[in-house]
Amino acid sequence: MIARARSRLFAHLWLILGLIVVAFPIYYVFVASTHSLQTILRPPLPLLPGDQFLANYSEALFGGVGRIGGVGVGTLLLNSTIVALGIAIGKIIISLMSAYAIVFFRFPLRMVFFWIIFITLMLPVEVRILPTYKVMVDLNLIDTYAGLIVPLIASATATLLFRQFFMTIPNELLEAARIDGAGPWRFFKDILLPLSATNIAALFVILFIYGWTQYLWPLLMTNSNSMNTIVIALRKMISFADADTEWHLVMVTCILAIAPPILVVVLMQRWFVKGLVESEK
Amino acid sequence: MATISLKDVRKDYGRNPVIHGISLDVANREFIVIVGPSGCGKSTLLRMVAGLEEITSGTIEIDERVVNQLEPRERDIAMVFQNYALYPHMTVFENMAYGLKIAGKNRTEIAERVSSAANMLELGPYLTRKPRALSGGQRQRVAMGRALVRDPAAFLFDEPLSNLDAKLRVQMRLEIKALQREVGTTSLYVTHDQVEAMTLADRLVVMNGGRAEQIDTPMNVYLKPASVFVASFIGSPAMNIIEARVAAESRGVVVAGRTIDLDHLRLHLPAVGAPVLFGIRPEHIAVSETEKVDLLLTVSAVETLGADALAHCYFEGGKKGRDFVVRLPGTRTVRVGEHLPVVLDRAATHLFDPESKKRLN
Repeated sequence: MIARARSRLFAHLWLILGLIVVAFPIYYVFVASTHSLQTILRPPLPLLPGDQFLANYSEALFGGVGRIGGVGVGTLLLNSTIVALGIAIGKIIISLMSAYAIVFFRFPLRMVFFWIIFITLMLPVEVRILPTYKVMVDLNLIDTYAGLIVPLIASATATLLFRQFFMTIPNELLEAARIDGAGPWRFFKDILLPLSATNIAALFVILFIYGWTQYLWPLLMTNSNSMNTIVIALRKMISFADADTEWHLVMVTCILAIAPPILVVVLMQRWFVKGLVESEK
Repeated sequence: MATISLKDVRKDYGRNPVIHGISLDVANREFIVIVGPSGCGKSTLLRMVAGLEEITSGTIEIDERVVNQLEPRERDIAMVFQNYALYPHMTVFENMAYGLKIAGKNRTEIAERVSSAANMLELGPYLTRKPRALSGGQRQRVAMGRALVRDPAAFLFDEPLSNLDAKLRVQMRLEIKALQREVGTTSLYVTHDQVEAMTLADRLVVMNGGRAEQIDTPMNVYLKPASVFVASFIGSPAMNIIEARVAAESRGVVVAGRTIDLDHLRLHLPAVGAPVLFGIRPEHIAVSETEKVDLLLTVSAVETLGADALAHCYFEGGKKGRDFVVRLPGTRTVRVGEHLPVVLDRAATHLFDPESKKRLN
């Protein structure tokens, strides 16, 4: 019994240590975001939160940050949210539709189209980034939400995922729906979509984070400070000279930048796990 | 309520013919069972009537309307699938109401129809449940209910009972029969189970290799099988079919050296000495109580079933084997190695042509 209690204690200590290693940097960022710039620049940084929480957060959200042209973090958050939602929802819609077409319809060159989609998996975004950029410039889409979202919407991964899921749906279900009088659109809306709900939720979480953390593409596509996403702005706020950087605001922005993805994961956790492990049949 | 009429319906997969021209007229309110071994094309035939498979040639009429080119929903049919094919995310009520909803019926009518079908099938307490919270038998009922609420011209059943356990199958079989009597909807029912086929059918279609070997009432199929295949497929244990020759003066046939006189079949016998296939069911053989003996058998194995016993035998002096089965009353004990003198019920003897495998008498 004693040996068991001891090994349990050891296990817990080990886990706590791991937790500290992972969580401490984030905690420290939060601590820094509640101190004034002077406190941060004069080491050592205290380990407990300071009294500048309200002042720092309201300055960042509503006052505007000097180094990025006086744009408030609120605007950045809005931009990031629009882009991340746009990419996640857009990808889901496009891939649902293409997977539906590939699995349930017989048309000429069906497999060719499938393989074309599949092959795009082999190419990283960076390979096609220059031609895509040229197209966006020609279409006058620099500094627009459309320019930020549309090129990232096509997704072979999500299409494949839905294809695999659709293929597990028994054929009789489709036939029963046909006999019940459901056309292709009704079958999609009334049967396929509800059955895919958990998959969609899981994919949404992954894609939202993917959209939120985009770096290279938004960096190319935005010139105006007011169109920056929060990740780009964060980078721009840091100057090479330490004294030029408003570290307290950078820390606030950091916290604000990681909050929405965390929120999405926490809120959709149940669905997310369900979508990954079980398929409702 | 409608008639169904198939005229020389064929189906090829590529160059591979799977249905070789089947014609069938189903009367209004009739219950037709299509029975056959796996791969005989019975499900394909049903799916062609449903409109889930295209037909290569021929015509299918439902209610005197050619439906060859119509979508399933335009054919006014309802189908019950082997694996039920219930929509897993919908409640029992929604499952049953879905077809009506698409047909644009109003809420009160849908609610009325669903609840009357649910009452018939005793599904009332389960209407708000999802299919996954139901037992196999209940799911089967929901699938039936989904067909029932539509009030279609015809029901199509694709092996609806084969996923159920034996006891439930018997119960559901009786219910399906009673239900069909009650609503009187013309039905096509596919199964590989001959008991289901015999008990449910008004008429049977026995299929083999894409052909309809016989279309008749269950009793006629049993009493007068049209071919060797039907004879051995319907009836359990299967009919004994033995190679024989026509006896001198066409008095009967010679089986294992003994002449079995078949005076009443004299007109059906081919030329003297010609080979024929002689068939007799195990239940039409009795142990001889008198001097008269048709065949001498030796028992090689015994299966005791309670009500009766099956003795697997071979001909006395012949090759050892189990090629001849006799059904004996359960009260008579037989031992392996015992000699059985038997007599055959002359009225229940069958003759088949060894070439065409068709019935001769």
